[in-house]
Amino acid sequence: MSATDPAGVPARKAPDSLIDLRLVFVTGKGGVGKTTVAAALAQLAAQRGKRVLACEVDAKGDLAALFEAAPTDFAGREVSPGVVAMSMDTEASLREYLRMFLRVPVATRLGPLAKVFDFVATAAPGVREILTVGKLCYEARERRYDLIVVDAPASGHIVSQLAAPQAINELVKVGLIRTQTDWMLDILSDPRRTGVVVVTTPEEMPVTETLEVSARIETETTVRLSAVVVNRVLPELFGRHEEEVFERLYAGRAELSKDTGGDVDPIMEGARLAVTMRRTRAGHLQRLREGLKELEGSQGSVEVPVLYVPYLFTRAHGLRTTGQVATALSEELGL
Amino acid sequence: MTSVPGRQAPGLRGGARVAGRPSVLGRRSERRPTPGPSGPGLASGLAPLGAAGSSAVTLDGLVASKEIVIACGPGGVGKTTIAAATAAMAALRHGGRVLVVTVDPARRLADALGLSGPEGRGLGNTELRIPDEAFAGSAAHGRPRGELWAAMLDTKESWDSLVRRYAPDVPTRERILANPLYRNITGRFVQSHDYIAMERLYDLHAQGAYDLIVVDTAPTRNAIDFLDAPQRMAEFFSSRLLRWLTAPYRSRMVNLASKPFSQVADRILGTQFLEDIAEFFMLFQSMYGGFVERAGAVTRLLSDRRTTFLVVSTLEAAPVREAEFFAHALASRRLPLGAIVVNKALPSYFRDPDAAELALRMRDGANSYAEKAAHELGTDPELTERVLFEVAESFLNFGVVARREAEEQAELATQQSARPELIATVPFFDDDIVDMAGLLRLGEVLWS
Repeated sequence: MSATDPAGVPARKAPDSLIDLRLVFVTGKGGVGKTTVAAALAQLAAQRGKRVLACEVDAKGDLAALFEAAPTDFAGREVSPGVVAMSMDTEASLREYLRMFLRVPVATRLGPLAKVFDFVATAAPGVREILTVGKLCYEARERRYDLIVVDAPASGHIVSQLAAPQAINELVKVGLIRTQTDWMLDILSDPRRTGVVVVTTPEEMPVTETLEVSARIETETTVRLSAVVVNRVLPELFGRHEEEVFERLYAGRAELSKDTGGDVDPIMEGARLAVTMRRTRAGHLQRLREGLKELEGSQGSVEVPVLYVPYLFTRAHGLRTTGQVATALSEELGL
Repeated sequence: MTSVPGRQAPGLRGGARVAGRPSVLGRRSERRPTPGPSGPGLASGLAPLGAAGSSAVTLDGLVASKEIVIACGPGGVGKTTIAAATAAMAALRHGGRVLVVTVDPARRLADALGLSGPEGRGLGNTELRIPDEAFAGSAAHGRPRGELWAAMLDTKESWDSLVRRYAPDVPTRERILANPLYRNITGRFVQSHDYIAMERLYDLHAQGAYDLIVVDTAPTRNAIDFLDAPQRMAEFFSSRLLRWLTAPYRSRMVNLASKPFSQVADRILGTQFLEDIAEFFMLFQSMYGGFVERAGAVTRLLSDRRTTFLVVSTLEAAPVREAEFFAHALASRRLPLGAIVVNKALPSYFRDPDAAELALRMRDGANSYAEKAAHELGTDPELTERVLFEVAESFLNFGVVARREAEEQAELATQQSARPELIATVPFFDDDIVDMAGLLRLGEVLWS
């Protein structure tokens, strides 16, 4: 199911090394559970003794909530044993950058700086992207954490984020920025240190977008696609023979209602919906696997592992689901 | 009739109806949408009159009196599909010329409209007519009363045309288009989408070629950004900081105020880049007047009574929170929240307490029920028992999710400060919606 070595060709990355990377960007179409997968990866790595930084780029506070913790800020806070969570704040990132690299006394000039920043960021929007990626690369370089998991922007935006250092590099030929983007690119381009995980669900649009963004990551950025995580995979309700039996029961549901002394229609309809959903989704999974194969073929025959996380019938989203997803990922990674 | 089977892209024919609307005949003339010879376009002006009365509490009624519908909300909730379905239903029932524009960087609308195949290759900034035949796919519907058009937002192309319109002269125009910073901003970076999306909406509306324009927006991460983009753009161009930054390059004489800043900037960015920036801004300033005026007009259009917003959400916890946030953002800007559309809700029968009761009995008594059923239906008793057990389990499992969803929906419906005119619920469809038939199936539910 996951990474199997095609004869002679080294797998792109043994899937268990996913948590052995230093910097992992987790992206995906909105609503597929990318934050949950990011939180679960962080928890999993922490359970295995790593010091983990989980960074939320969108700063909506969802990441901390998945650890039952209050929203975090740029400074970060331990939200679970071994996991420090932080929220990206590009202005704070700029301040930190100026303090460290230019020794600009920012404390006294916060007001004007914020204004200038807002202005520059509006004018040259790449500034926000580079400050985000820059902070993350900086943390990866400092090695205060073994692993940095990024709850990255949705797939529509991830490419401009990851390609920002490159873009700036092309624009800026000399100066401090140039030397800065050089080391960032070193980190981002190293597949042993940095990778992207694309999260999807087995549905039409998410799969289409996953294939699209995977191809773009491979061609437009220097960052390696490390894995695709398929979230909310429905359980198979019936084996093949059981499905035939179900069809007979469905056809004879009036009888069944009589036998049980109730109305079985909603129950049978519900099961039928589950079966159809599962079947439609299996088709999309197939398309996903074929699409990734094609991409692998065009990118030099290295395999992109696909990891599966089951649909969870839970009453809420919080630490409980984070743990369940972490367990599923752990199994998929063969840990 | 308007369309002949097999005929491609009717819009390619030149159009005469728009005579008397010079702005329409001007740019992009050959691809202007044109009505058929005796076509539905003629009825278009009357369409809103035919719609539901004043107590409009259906989406049908809400949309019938609008010229612009903006679908927004968190990512992944089906905004594109809802926008396309709304447009398709409006074209089908209300008539007139209906355009659906997607501003999302990912090309999803083409998929939903079944245009992603070879014939969909052209879907871009140019509006394309969806052939009437596409509607015929679903047996329940006849020929649409109006026309359905679709377009994508090509950020780069839109920026270029904006520059062409506002540049004071040809040399300035060429220098802007060739400026490396401009090319990067418009081509690569995220936030330029927000402004240009609203700008293009305004442009399309101002051309007066459509009765209804339905816009599908980028996910709400940028919600505020896209609502505020025109205003921010205007502020930016009139900002003193802009003059500050460009001063040394304008006058080649560093004034006292900007010296410390440009020194720091120089160290960070390098001279060449700064010069590119300065040139870019100076050139853009030449278009200042046009921009500011335009930004004001866009803002007015968004709050016009002919505009309405649909906030689309699923019933997952995170999207619901974002949807609430968005509703408040609209309210605080006095923008019209027309409807909250709840998409992909599990069918309500999963919450039926009698059914849940029965499922529990079925689960525990699978053995005895299976015996009877196997006897009556001639199935294998052991398999039947397993199937009955699984069916009951599955029902109870989905019941947990359905009840969680019901609670989220109740929360959405009861927010105090941002009350929509209506809440429409669209159930989870067991198949993906990938074609017009699917869109119309969803649209029927949405409309009622």
